Amino acid sequence: MAGSTTQAVTPEAVTSGARPGRVPAPLRTALRWLGVVPFGVYVALGLIAPTVAIAIAAFQDSTTGKFTTSNFSTALHGSYLLGLKTSLLLSIATAIVPGIFGLLIAYAIFTAKRGQWLRQVVITASGVFANFGGVPLAFLFIATLSTTGIVTGWIKAIFGVNIWDHGFTLYSAYGVFFVYMYFQIPLMVLVILPALEGLRPAWREAAQNMGAGTWQYWRYVGGPVLFPSFLGCLLLLFGSAFAAYATAEALTGGTIALTPIQIGALLNGNVLAGQQNLGYALGLIMVVIIAIVMIGYTILQRRAAKWLR
Amino acid sequence: MAAVADVEAGAQAPAPATRPAGRRRSFPVWRWVILLLAGAYFLIPLYAALRFAGLKAFPDIFRQAGFTDAISLSLRLAVVTTILTLVLMVPTTVYVHLRLPQVRRSMEGITILPIVIPPIVLIIGVLKVAPGFLLSTPYLLALVYVILAMPFAYRSLDAGLRAVDLKTLVEASNSLGAGWPATLWRVVLPNIRTALLSATVLTVALVLGEFTMASLALYVTFPVWIVQFEQNSGPVSVAASLLALFVTWLLLMLIVTVGGRGARKRGGAQVALFTVAPRETGQTTGEPE
Repeated sequence: MAGSTTQAVTPEAVTSGARPGRVPAPLRTALRWLGVVPFGVYVALGLIAPTVAIAIAAFQDSTTGKFTTSNFSTALHGSYLLGLKTSLLLSIATAIVPGIFGLLIAYAIFTAKRGQWLRQVVITASGVFANFGGVPLAFLFIATLSTTGIVTGWIKAIFGVNIWDHGFTLYSAYGVFFVYMYFQIPLMVLVILPALEGLRPAWREAAQNMGAGTWQYWRYVGGPVLFPSFLGCLLLLFGSAFAAYATAEALTGGTIALTPIQIGALLNGNVLAGQQNLGYALGLIMVVIIAIVMIGYTILQRRAAKWLR
Repeated sequence: MAAVADVEAGAQAPAPATRPAGRRRSFPVWRWVILLLAGAYFLIPLYAALRFAGLKAFPDIFRQAGFTDAISLSLRLAVVTTILTLVLMVPTTVYVHLRLPQVRRSMEGITILPIVIPPIVLIIGVLKVAPGFLLSTPYLLALVYVILAMPFAYRSLDAGLRAVDLKTLVEASNSLGAGWPATLWRVVLPNIRTALLSATVLTVALVLGEFTMASLALYVTFPVWIVQFEQNSGPVSVAASLLALFVTWLLLMLIVTVGGRGARKRGGAQVALFTVAPRETGQTTGEPE
């Protein structure tokens, strides 16, 4: 951006400003802030302005530009409401199931005896898999479980059943759920591991000294300490699944009714013209939902921080 | 996909080495069942994709119509995005550490925003507000990718800067007569090499894999090409996906190994590729100002 050249200059200005008696104090304070101006401008133009524009357009009529709430009433009825519901349910499911699996995996490597190499392998693999979604992931599963997929073939060869004849389909919410686990599970492992490591061995020993068994330890000590972190991680997984677009789009070719896919369709020009603002309304609804989730996450994180330091 | 890098300081993750004997009581069978299930779920699709594509499909990728254009656009975007990201974020982060430490918390909050706002929403907003001259060039994507890369870049750089005694280094450099450009270039940057590397790699990986924004802005980057090409040949698309995957993995492994080695040398700081947490537990209190 244009502002980047000022960056190199400002620290100099501030240093000289810091020498007493040469620059008046208010100016000095102002100069201090100059250093973050390029960043601030970039964020304002690239992040804040688009979001505000969407929020405004969501309340405007697509053709006349007059104020209206009709975009929202359309967004909250019929197929768009269904899309929103499917998106929410899918995100909840892909938070809870991978959340539990991820916790189990994290716990398995956390308690492993000769765990150092296993730990390193799982953490590294999780880092790689968690950052891997989108198009390649969709094609990986098309190769695995589509009608001509390799595993579909194996199942047919071993059990003599074609799963696609018995109601299985990869191109539905269930299929998307199965695919999303591929990046959600490793994500859970990575975010829950620090919380597990925050459980002090001393607590366990103290509980044992007072005669607590494994169940009692988890019921009264480990569980309550871990619970806010666990919930927080689930919210994170929810947000990650809710915002995802690429995987579902590439997997189903845009045929699945999920809110992000519907937004994409509305603004790609595949649907009737004059409906862009409906897309913006759906976008705003998504932002609001994610914002609520993130606020919940922050609160839980704060609670978790009380014990896990 | 909301993926964020965090090169976290060793102090935040207590060393696992201090586990006492009591905690070692574990359930080997249970553990191996879980790990085997996970291994199967993660490895079978990879194997299936390899079988499905067949080794013959790989050389074919490079001969397909549109491949060269798509990959060159993706690479150009990666280079431009990385340069812009570093030019914007490195001075800003260094500056905040030195002069405005009270802003660090807000910076964490701001740089988490690109994750809070779904990419699909951000791009439709950008397409709405961007001026015409930007809309007509694919480098618009690079400008938006800088925003997407911010969480990765900021967290890597912040962790890198936290691990060195920046203030002392800068004061020493200044009192030896070095100006700011020399200090930044010859003192600060060499000290945060690992952080720079992970910021770069994560940005490149992000740009090479990004589909949502490119497809809505109607530019054919590599991932968009893979999807479009599926109509022509499924196996080639699957092969191209595997290729994209392996390249991304190699890049990510690079930071994990290099980052890990650098961290061991400094005694701490492991590279965890992911945590989105706006770390409430960050050591803002014990920080020398």
